[in-house]
Amino acid sequence: MTSSADDIIAEIARTLGPTLNSPVTITADTNIVRDLGLDSLAVMNFVMELEDKFDISIPLDKIAEVETVGDLARTIQELRGA
Amino acid sequence: MTILAKFAPLREAYEGLKAVGYDPFSIQFDRILSPTEGIINGRRTILLGTNNYLGLTFDPSCVDKAIEALVEQGTGTTGSRIANGTYTGHGALEQALAEFYGRKSCMVFTTGYQANLGIMSTLVGKDDHLILDADSHASIYDAAKLGVAAVTRFRHNDPDDLYKRIRRLSDQPGNKLIVVEGIYSMLGDTAPIKEIAQVKRETGAYLLVDEAHSMGVLGQRGRGLAEAAGVEADCDFIVGTFSKSLGAVGGFCVSDLPDFDILRVACRPYMFTASLPPSVIASTLQALKRMQEEPGLRVRLMNNARRLYDGLTAAGFNLGPEANPIVSVQLGSKEVAIRFWNALVQSGLYLNLALPPATPHGMALLRSSVSAAHTTQQIDTAIELFTQIGRELGVIAPEPVLLRAANG
Repeated sequence: MTSSADDIIAEIARTLGPTLNSPVTITADTNIVRDLGLDSLAVMNFVMELEDKFDISIPLDKIAEVETVGDLARTIQELRGA
Repeated sequence: MTILAKFAPLREAYEGLKAVGYDPFSIQFDRILSPTEGIINGRRTILLGTNNYLGLTFDPSCVDKAIEALVEQGTGTTGSRIANGTYTGHGALEQALAEFYGRKSCMVFTTGYQANLGIMSTLVGKDDHLILDADSHASIYDAAKLGVAAVTRFRHNDPDDLYKRIRRLSDQPGNKLIVVEGIYSMLGDTAPIKEIAQVKRETGAYLLVDEAHSMGVLGQRGRGLAEAAGVEADCDFIVGTFSKSLGAVGGFCVSDLPDFDILRVACRPYMFTASLPPSVIASTLQALKRMQEEPGLRVRLMNNARRLYDGLTAAGFNLGPEANPIVSVQLGSKEVAIRFWNALVQSGLYLNLALPPATPHGMALLRSSVSAAHTTQQIDTAIELFTQIGRELGVIAPEPVLLRAANG
């Protein structure tokens, strides 16, 4: 039951929706901190919601390596595959 | 681009904050007069934001012990315990803390921050898991960064969420260490520690409780939340500080684990920093004694906390969920909080302005910490000033509550 990267990106966009101040088109290249204006706490809280949606654990050090939505989708895909 | 250019947005935000009036992150005291009074800008000011829960900073017996140690043993140890050795006082304080908590071992650190940093980063190794409450103090997050274990956050004070997140890790090897705080420093809420202890038992994890804000405050003997809730046996590690109820600086960890002492040669924030000066050790040891001799301090503290909490609630302010010595007024915006805080300081009341991201859910807070040393009059003055300024700024309704009572 692995989802494609596109499905994961779509789910990330849905999860991000309520946290964003202005509507942004989210693509794999969207930079989470720079383009979305989220502070470190907001990023951690949003990742927590993704953990619940995908029923996985995303350790904080993995989040530190993530820059774009595409990076995050790949991390989720790897963790789901593991 | 200079090396500091990256801080331009922070500088801008900070300058904006300072432009309103006082600098909330660097308030200047001309003098400190007592545990509850100081002078700011020539004005006598009530101190309501110092975490000085038992008011022991000017206790004559603590001051005397510190002076005695200073004269007899000098101003500092000039090195770490592993290099310069242990003075009698360091050992005596560790023994006294272990006895106070009824534990086998105790390690003393130079600050509370270092106690968290050192213990947590060392306990969990490469294949282990550190499991933190989402609203944990910065020292706990920094411990997570210093350590090499995988770090998982659970929703603040939510034992079911904790259970779910540990369950997700069940097929992974390694030990799991759950970290919670007795009283959370921003809103003064306590951890649901009975339920958390149950999750710990069910999952086979270890449990560490940071009693920084609850030592000397909660429990029959002042040991903290774990004592108050009757779950001390489930707490493998208790961390605490000397810079709140004990009125000095430093930190500690107590435990019953038989091999605990090995951490003295493994824990870098313990090994590579100078140990506490003898005078600090001596006043802390005496404060620990005073705290046990005088349970009345705790009664006075909680009466004051209740009085402030009830007074501000009656005035219409939005507070944290529990009446503890940390009483935080939640405000709608950062701008209002900054103006409110400045008006309070100008009127002779000092407390903490707490802004995101140091606060949960982006809250702007006026954070008070009550002391056993506050007089009823000081607490009432604080409530009056809050009410007056709150009305002026439109934070609470301008009409006296009397009118509503008459209508009802």
